[in-house]
Amino acid sequence: MSVLAYARRHGRESVAWYGGLGLLALRVGRNLRLPPSYLVIVAQEIDLIGVRSLVVALTASLFTGMVLALQTAVNMARFGAENYVGPVVALSILRELGPVLTAILVGGKVASGITAELGSMKVTEQIDALRSLGVNYVKKLIVPRILAALIVFPLVTTMADAVGLVGGMLVAVFDRNVDAYLYWNTISYWVVMKDFLSGLGKSVAFGGLITLIGCYNGLETEGGTEGLGHSTTSTVVQVAMAVIISDFFLTKLFLLLFW
Amino acid sequence: MTDASGPLVELRDVRKSFEQKEVLRGVSLALRKGTTLAVMGGSGAGKTVLLRITNGLIRADSGQVSLFGTRIDRMREEGMLAVRKRTGFVFQGAALFDSLSVFENVAYPLREHTRMPLGEITDRVHRFLSLVGMPGTDELLPAELSGGMRKRVGIARALVMEPEVVFFDEPTAGLDPTNARLVAELMASLRSGVCDTAIVVTHDIEFANMIADQMAILHHGRFADVGTPAQIRASANADVRRFLAGELRED
Repeated sequence: MSVLAYARRHGRESVAWYGGLGLLALRVGRNLRLPPSYLVIVAQEIDLIGVRSLVVALTASLFTGMVLALQTAVNMARFGAENYVGPVVALSILRELGPVLTAILVGGKVASGITAELGSMKVTEQIDALRSLGVNYVKKLIVPRILAALIVFPLVTTMADAVGLVGGMLVAVFDRNVDAYLYWNTISYWVVMKDFLSGLGKSVAFGGLITLIGCYNGLETEGGTEGLGHSTTSTVVQVAMAVIISDFFLTKLFLLLFW
Repeated sequence: MTDASGPLVELRDVRKSFEQKEVLRGVSLALRKGTTLAVMGGSGAGKTVLLRITNGLIRADSGQVSLFGTRIDRMREEGMLAVRKRTGFVFQGAALFDSLSVFENVAYPLREHTRMPLGEITDRVHRFLSLVGMPGTDELLPAELSGGMRKRVGIARALVMEPEVVFFDEPTAGLDPTNARLVAELMASLRSGVCDTAIVVTHDIEFANMIADQMAILHHGRFADVGTPAQIRASANADVRRFLAGELRED
C-alpha cells in the first residue's frame, strides 16, 4: 500500500472515529435522564470504577509526589531554595500531575475494561438483543457508566492529590531535612483554591471523555475475539492520547476563564 | 396506531449494500396478522439482513419499512423502542445475557417494561419456560446450556411479553436433528397460541414446510418467488426449482 493510500485510509478512519464519538456524545446528551431504577446501576458503576482504580491511582500518586519532591529539592538546593519544595510539588500535582496521571492510569484500566465488556456484548449480539427487547441501551449501558465516571474521577483525583502531597512531604522531611511545618505552611501560602479546582475540573472532563471512548470502542467492536482484542488495546492508546491532548486545551481554557 | 386491516409488517423496495456488495436489491413484502412467512435462500442471500432491517436493527439504504403501520426506516433508535416492544426477535445464536440466569434472561423484558409484582413475573416466566420445554432450569447460566436449550430459552425470552409479531433468525441452524425437530415442533405448536404472526428466516425446507403458510425465496437480493408452500413447490421459477433441488448458490 502506498503512503498516500495509507494516509487516505487512515484519515478516513480517523474522521469516522471522531464523528462516531461525537454522535455517541449527542445520544448520551439526549438520554441523560434515567429512570429511578437505573440509578442502582450508576451506584454499582461508581463502586466498580472506584474499586478498580483506587489502588493504582494512589500508588502512582504517592511515588510521583516523592520523585517530584526529590528532583525539585535537589535542583532548588542549588539556588538555596530547598525550603520551597512544597509549593512546587503541590502546584505540579494539583494542577497537572494529579488529574493527568490519574486519568491516564485509571482511565486506561477502566476504559479498556468497559470496551472489553461492551465489545463482548456486541460480538455475541447481546446489545442487539437489548435493542430487540425495546430497551434503550444508551440509557442502560452508557449513561450510567459516564455519570459514574463524572463522580468517581474527581473523587479519586482528590485522594491522589492528597497522597501525592504526603509523598512529597515524606521525601522533603526525611530525605532532604525540610521542616514539615514549613512544607505545609509554604503550600498553604502559595497554593490557592483555584489551583485545586482547575485540576478537579480537568478530572471531570477526563472522566467523561475516557468513559465515552471506552464505550464507543466497545460498541464499534467487530470481528469476534480478534476484533475485541484490537478494540481493547486501541482504547488504552486512545485514552492516553485523548488525556494528553485535551489537557492542553483544558489548561488554556481554565487559564482564560479563571486566571 | 396500527391500522387494523393493514399488514403488521410492510417492506417496500428495500435496498441495502455493505461497502461494494449489494445485499438487497429492492425487496418488498407485506405480512398480515395470523401469517407465518418463511424467508428462505442460500447462505449469503441476505436473509438475516432482511430480518434485521424489518425490526430496525439495521437501517436500509433506501425503501420503506413499516411495523404496525408506523414507518421506522428513518426513525431514531429511541423512537423505535416503543414499536419493538410489540415484537420479539429470536437470534441465531440465542444472544442470551451471559451474566444472567435462565430465569433472569426470560424475566428481563418483564422487569424492564412492566410493573408486575415478583410473584406474577415468576409465574409468567415459569409458564413460558414450560412452554419451550425448559422447566426447572431457572438457576442455570447460559454457559451451562446446550445449543438447543439456549435457542429455546431465547424463544421464551422473545415470547414472554406476548408480542404481536416474532422474528426468528435460523431457529434450527446448528442444531442436531433431534433438537432441530424439537424446536420445529415447538414453533408449530406456538402458532395456535402466543405466536400466530411471524417471519422465519431459514434454509431448512422441511422445517419451513412444517411452520409456514407463506414462503419467499431470496436470491441475488430479490425475492425469486413468494407464495404458499404448495405454490412454491409447484413454482416454474428456475431459481426456485434450483433452490428446492439444493443447487442454488449465491455468488
